[in-house]
Amino acid sequence: MLSTTAHIIGKNKISETLYILMLECPAITRSAKAGQFVMIRVNSHSIEPLLRRPFSISWIDGDYFEILLQVVGGGTRKLSEKDIGDEVEVLGPLGNSFRIDNTFETAILVAGGVGVAPFPILTKELRERGKEVQTFIGARTKSQLYTQHLVNCSVSTDDGTEGFHGTVVDNVRAYLENTEMQKLKLFACGPTPMLKALGVLVHHKKLNCEVSLETEMACGFGICQGCVVQLKDSNKGYALACKDGPNFFIDEIVL
Amino acid sequence: MLNTTRTTFKLRNVEFRNRVFVASGTFGYGDEVRNIFPYEKLGGIITKSLSLKPRAGNPPPRIVETSSGVLNSIGLANIGVEAFIHAKLPVLRTLNTSIITNIAASSVDEYCAVLERLESVNGVHAYEINVSCPNVKEGGLNFGTSATMVATITKELRRRTEKPLIVKLTPNVTHIADIARAAAHEGADAVSLINTLIGMAIDVHTRRAKLSTVTGGVSGPAIKPIALAKVFEVSKAVSIPVFGIGGIATVHDALEFLLAGASAIQVGTMNFVDPLIAVRIADGIDEYCRINNIEDVGMLVGSVNANLSNSILQTWL
Ligand SMILES: Cc1cc2nc3c(=O)[nH]c(=O)nc-3n(C[C@H](O)[C@H](O)[C@H](O)COP(=O)(O)OP(=O)(O)OC[C@H]3O[C@@H](n4cnc5c(N)ncnc54)[C@H](O)[C@@H]3O)c2cc1C
Ligand SMILES: Cc1cc2nc3c(=O)[nH]c(=O)nc-3n(C[C@H](O)[C@H](O)[C@H](O)COP(=O)(O)O)c2cc1C
Ligand code: FES
Repeated sequence: MLSTTAHIIGKNKISETLYILMLECPAITRSAKAGQFVMIRVNSHSIEPLLRRPFSISWIDGDYFEILLQVVGGGTRKLSEKDIGDEVEVLGPLGNSFRIDNTFETAILVAGGVGVAPFPILTKELRERGKEVQTFIGARTKSQLYTQHLVNCSVSTDDGTEGFHGTVVDNVRAYLENTEMQKLKLFACGPTPMLKALGVLVHHKKLNCEVSLETEMACGFGICQGCVVQLKDSNKGYALACKDGPNFFIDEIVL
Repeated sequence: MLNTTRTTFKLRNVEFRNRVFVASGTFGYGDEVRNIFPYEKLGGIITKSLSLKPRAGNPPPRIVETSSGVLNSIGLANIGVEAFIHAKLPVLRTLNTSIITNIAASSVDEYCAVLERLESVNGVHAYEINVSCPNVKEGGLNFGTSATMVATITKELRRRTEKPLIVKLTPNVTHIADIARAAAHEGADAVSLINTLIGMAIDVHTRRAKLSTVTGGVSGPAIKPIALAKVFEVSKAVSIPVFGIGGIATVHDALEFLLAGASAIQVGTMNFVDPLIAVRIADGIDEYCRINNIEDVGMLVGSVNANLSNSILQTWL
């Protein structure tokens, strides 16, 4: 973990509530891996909001990284109002990374809403390791869809304005029904109800699945003990989402 | 401008490098930030509260942000004294700062057992006793709300150690000075205050309390004026040193506590926002002293120019 500052060198507005920010920060891009996140202080000169906000590292290119920013409250709004040239305080890279090993040949990425954030960099790392990648993206509506750097995308929208009309999990289920399942691994990120529904599906199909959690965090680096996730093995108690996670195998946690 | 200012601070036989510490439960066990933290710039680390057996703590959600503060109900989650000794202490011994272990317990016997276990190993420089814990024998009544119970705990622990003993006080009482006096009378070397204030937050969309335990403890800049007044009050009531805690976010905040009567300060919640903040504050205090030709940081302690009317003092003492 490093405590540093980053310059905003690019900003893209995708919709009224969705932005891409490009942050120049070689100290972080040098060591960050797919699945890790940063804690950003959205307002350095003020104690409102007090705590930093966590964001997945979405993409890395040379000295800069990107975050996909969805405005949901005061902190994310303040960050969305920053401009090119502004500086923000950043802690990172934090958390564990996605596990890319030899147990699978095809990766199925499942994203709900802004849960798509960690997948561009994951796609890049998977392809560098010679994996096939199949991507499923769900959003409320067409304007909230983000597919940059992703491959083999199948999209779904809750309102049917684009792609499959329904949930992303329904879309994945339909796909799995028609696929020869061999050496698959799922990677998922999104709202808890989506992860729960996916959990039922992968349990039923006995598939390997890793999820990236968005548990609320105060510190992001293991000192507050606030971000606990219940482990299935009751002898082990709680894990910390920020340090032991944010990426967990879906069958080791209680969602 | 002075070249150097004396920064050290002594309790019993232990000399701390300076008067800036990190508060219990807000810096983990001290080793989490090992690769970025200049430990030699700190007076010391106060560990997460340790109990005899490991504790998982309360179910989530157990920490939420509130206006300029944080509300938590971590519930004294900790790895227990044995795991601390085996997994953490060997690392802490190498860190080049003083280690103060904070102890929490649900009975007087448990306080004694944890302290005795720590007495048998090397690497602990002092103890801080968290009395904001439910007393199981007394039906869950908080130890820290009773001067008698605080006196008993202090007396029993004092008999068992020659090391500095700091009793950490809860502000959730009517007369905090009474509790401080009880600790001082039974031989505490210092008191520290404040622990968190009881608070609550509600999600208006779901109409549920935001914490799983409904209420919790408030900390952070929001509580600073309250903490400052408590430190002022207690420092008038006892002659032992006071550690000031509560919402310290800047060098000025820390100076206010020293001026109000704190001999040393602890930085808590703000470590979450900036893990290096305690070091920045220690450096800032040195600089303030140099610029103002203050030879010893200790000269600031209690030097606030405040004329309290006798009637107010009477109600406190
Ligand atoms: C590891 C991790 C990675 C994340 N990555 C991204 C990302 O890449 N892009 C992105 O836009 N967001 C991401 N988030 C979520 C983001 O951190 C929150 O949306 C943000 O902290 C909300 O701050 P706020 O001040 O705007 O909202 P607040 O005012 O704090 O809250 C507004 C609303 O958002 C909800 N909320 C707050 N925090 C979270 C959270 N952590 N998860 C879900 N809901 C929350 C609150 O319950 C409330 O209803 C991530 C979270 C984590 C833990
Ligand atoms: C998340 C959290 C956990 C805490 N855990 C402990 C603890 O284990 N033992 C203890 O004595 N105090 C604990 N405290 C209280 C702090 O040490 C400190 O007294 C309080 O937060 C006020 O200081 P602050 O406003 O600077 O945070 C905790 C505080 C927070 C925010
Ligand atoms: S957010 Fe503080 S321990 Fe995980």
